[in-house]
Amino acid sequence: MFSLKRRTAGDAAFDWVNNVLMLVICFITLYPIWYVLVNAFNDGTDAMRGGIYWWPRAFSLDSFKTVFQSSGIMTAMGITVAKTAVGTVAHVLFTAMVAFAFSRRELIGRKIYMFIGTITMIFPGALIPTYLLIRDLGMIDHFIVYIIPAMFSFFDLIIFLSFFREIPDGLVEAAEIDGAGDFTVFLRIVIPVSMPVIATIALFHGVYQWNDYFTGMIYINDTNMQPIQTYLYRVVAQASSNQMISAMPSGVASNVTSQSLKLATMVVTTAPIVVVYPFLQKYFVKGFMIGSIKG
Amino acid sequence: MRRLLFVLGPLYNEGHVKVCNANDEEVPQKVSVHAEAPNPTAASIGGAARRSWLKKLMRQRALQVMALLGIAWMIVFNFIPIYWNVIAFREFDIIQPLSAAPWVGLDHFKEFLTDDSLGYVIRNTLAMSLLKLIIGFPLPIAFALLLNEVRSIRYKKWIQTVSYLPHFLSWVILGGILATWLADVGIINKLLMGLGFIDEPISYLAEPKYFWSIIVASDLWKELGWSAIIYLAAISGVSPELYEAATIDGAGRFQKMWKVTLPCIRGTIAILFILAVSALLNSNFDQILVLKNSLNESKSTVIDVYVYQTGISDGRFSYSAAVGLLKSVIALGLLLGANYVTKKLNDTSLF
Repeated sequence: MFSLKRRTAGDAAFDWVNNVLMLVICFITLYPIWYVLVNAFNDGTDAMRGGIYWWPRAFSLDSFKTVFQSSGIMTAMGITVAKTAVGTVAHVLFTAMVAFAFSRRELIGRKIYMFIGTITMIFPGALIPTYLLIRDLGMIDHFIVYIIPAMFSFFDLIIFLSFFREIPDGLVEAAEIDGAGDFTVFLRIVIPVSMPVIATIALFHGVYQWNDYFTGMIYINDTNMQPIQTYLYRVVAQASSNQMISAMPSGVASNVTSQSLKLATMVVTTAPIVVVYPFLQKYFVKGFMIGSIKG
Repeated sequence: MRRLLFVLGPLYNEGHVKVCNANDEEVPQKVSVHAEAPNPTAASIGGAARRSWLKKLMRQRALQVMALLGIAWMIVFNFIPIYWNVIAFREFDIIQPLSAAPWVGLDHFKEFLTDDSLGYVIRNTLAMSLLKLIIGFPLPIAFALLLNEVRSIRYKKWIQTVSYLPHFLSWVILGGILATWLADVGIINKLLMGLGFIDEPISYLAEPKYFWSIIVASDLWKELGWSAIIYLAAISGVSPELYEAATIDGAGRFQKMWKVTLPCIRGTIAILFILAVSALLNSNFDQILVLKNSLNESKSTVIDVYVYQTGISDGRFSYSAAVGLLKSVIALGLLLGANYVTKKLNDTSLF
C-alpha cells in the first residue's frame, strides 16, 4: 500500500512537469507564427514602431487589401494554385497507376521493373544533369516543368504498393469476372478503396508543390510564370523590398509598408495549408502506421 | 531526404513482403494450368510454354502499358540524368551538343580537389550535418517518449497537431520570419538587450559565426514534431503486455521508458540513424539558400550550394557536375558503411 501511494505521488509530479514542458514546446512552436499574424493585421506605419507582441495595436486590413489588389502577387498565387492542383492530381494518379501495375503478381517482368525503380532511389538525378535534361526537353519557362518532372516518385510508389497488397484479391477477381479490364479495376475498385493512402500522398505532394520555390527559381525566367514562393524568395532572401513596393498598385493606402505587405503575403500564402492539414492528420498518421507497425 | 522516412516502414517490412511473395507462387501456376487446359494439341512443350506466355502477355497488356509508362518516366528523368554525368569528364559547352565536347579525363575533379574553396565547403557541409545529427536526431525521440507519457488523449492530440504545424511552412516563409526576428530591430535583439545580455543589437544573419546555430535551431523548430511521428507510430506498436509485466515487476515510469519502450523501437531508431548518416553530405538546400547571403558566405556555402552556384549561376556545367558526382559517390559509400556498422551492432539494416 505504501509503495503504491508513493509511486502515485511521483507519477503526479512527473505528469505535471511533463504537461508544462509540452505546453512550453507548443508555445515556442506557435508564437513566431502568431507574431507574424498580429503584425500583418496591424497598421503598417504603426508597426514600424515595433512592440506589437500579443495583439494588433492599430488593427488594419489595408496590407491584405493591397495583397489582393497587386496583380504581380495575384498572378503568382494563381500559378501556385494551378501547379498544386494539376501537379497533385497528376502525381497521385500516375504514381498510383504504376504502383497498381507493379502490385499485380502476374505482371511479367515485375522483378526487373522493381529493380529499375530501386536504382532510381539509390541514384537520384543530380542537379546539373537534371537541369541539362529539362533544358533539352524544352521545358524551360513552360508550365509543364512544374508537373511532369514531379509526376512520379518511387518512394511514393512503395507506400502505394504496401497499401495495395492489403486489398483482398476477391475484390479484384470479382470485378474481372464481371468483365472489367485492368484499367477499369484500377479506377473503379482500387482508387475508391485506397482513399487513406491517396489522401496521405496527395497531402505530401500538395505541400511540396505549394511550398516549392526552387523549380520556379531555376527553370522559370518569365516572372509571369513564377509561383508565389519563388516570388517571396526573391523578396525575402534577396531582400529586394523594391520588388515588393513595385508590386503595390498605384493609389495604395499610405499606411502599408513593404514589411507589412511582406507579412501579409506570407500569411495569405501559408493560410491554405495550415487550414487543411489538421483535417488530413488522421490519414497521414495512419500512413506512417502502414509501415512501422507491422515490422 | 525527409521523404525517405516515409518509405522506411515498407522497407523495414522486407520480411513481410517476402512472405507475401512466397504465398503468391501458387497463383501463376493456377493461371497457366487454366490456360493450357483448352489447348492440349500444342506441338512441343517449349512452343506451348511460349504461346501461353504470349497469351498471358496479351491478357495483361493494359497492365504492361501502365507499368511501362512508369518505367519510361524513370528512364527519362532518372537514367538520362545519370548518363549526363559524363560531362564531368568532358569540357561541355552549353551552346554546343555533347558530342562536340572534348574529353578531359579527371581534370575537373583535380581542379576541385586543389581549389581553395574545397576546405570550407566541406567543413561547412559536415559541420552543419553533424550538428543536426547530434542535436536534431535524439530530440525527436525524447519528444516522442515524453509525448507518449501525456495522460489526456485530447491534450496529446492537440500537442501533436500543433507540433506538426511548422513542418507545413515553407522555408521561404520561415526565412521571412527569421529575417524579421533576427534583424537589428527584431524581437531577439530587443529581448536580449532588455535582459541585459548584450549592449547593442547584433545582425545575426550578417555575422558568419551565428549561421550554424541559426540553421540547427530553425531546423529543429520546424521538424521536431514531424520527425517524432515515426517514433510515435513505432511506440504505439509496442505490446501493452510488456508494460503490464514491467509494472508487476515494480518498474517505474522512467524504467518502463528506458527498459521497455526504447528497446522496442530500437529497430526504427537504427534505420533512421543509417539514413541520417548516409545523408551527412546532403544539406537542406531549401533552408540554406533562403538564409544565406553575401555576408555569411564563409560559413554558409555547402556542397549543394557550391554546385548550384558554379553550375547554374556561373555556367561551369562540367566542373559542377564533377563536384556533384564526387559527392554522390561518397554519399553512396557512407550509406553502405552506415548500413554495415548498424547491421553488425544491431542486427537491423536497410538492405
